[in-house]
Amino acid sequence: MAERPEDLNLPNAVITRIIKEALPDGVNISKEARSAISRAASVFVLYATSCANNFAMKGKRKTLNAGDVLSAMEEMEFQRFVGPLKESLEVYRREQKGKKEARKDKDKKTDSEEQDKSREEENDDDDERLEEEEQNDEEEVDN
Amino acid sequence: RGKMAARLSGGENRLVSLPLSRIRVIMKSSPEVSSINQDALFLTAKATELFVQYLATYSYKHGRGKEKNALTYSDLSHTAEECETFQFLADILPKKILASKYLKMLEKEKRDGELGEGDEDEEEDDEAVED
Repeated sequence: MAERPEDLNLPNAVITRIIKEALPDGVNISKEARSAISRAASVFVLYATSCANNFAMKGKRKTLNAGDVLSAMEEMEFQRFVGPLKESLEVYRREQKGKKEARKDKDKKTDSEEQDKSREEENDDDDERLEEEEQNDEEEVDN
Repeated sequence: RGKMAARLSGGENRLVSLPLSRIRVIMKSSPEVSSINQDALFLTAKATELFVQYLATYSYKHGRGKEKNALTYSDLSHTAEECETFQFLADILPKKILASKYLKMLEKEKRDGELGEGDEDEEEDDEAVED
């Protein structure tokens, strides 16, 4: 899939909201600052991915896993993230498990809506379902 | 979609706000990465959110923008330069310089080159421009 430059950017609305929620009320964020943070976030993803991948390779694995990402955070000097990330992960795993069980009971008629994976979506629900359709726990497909 | 609108507005209620599909696109743009497991994808998205929060609050706290109740580009650039943890951002958050100063720097470099001084003239006074 050929990525257009904007595909490597994160949605402005979401970035802005995250920033606003982090700063004290009423602080003005210049458009330039917002744009810069967005770019920084994309770079962060790349850096984290590269770092995590090194750990995966060290472990002779081709698939990045949770441990690799956590190790990457330590390596990148973002140890402060590790605690909160582990907690979030637990919640996420429980959520995923709940969803899987709910879906087993559900009728499969909604599957046709999930075919188009190249569509950009802001809805996490759909994102997660797409991800799950594509892979179980280990993703073997090479893009 | 009503459901999506509700999810987007309830920022603090969602586990992660950044779309996993987009995060995945960025991760996959790295040629050396073959596959990403679901948990790793989630963690990367979540970590990115934490990163955005951290970068914003750190820059605000240590910058001068807050004198005017704002977070400015300059605050961010300053953070990238001064804080080791954020130094990987230095290239994409360069310090800005007035065009007039830059032109003067170019002129000075040219003059130094003509005089054959090469690298000797290393005195980099930030304010060495004549106004």
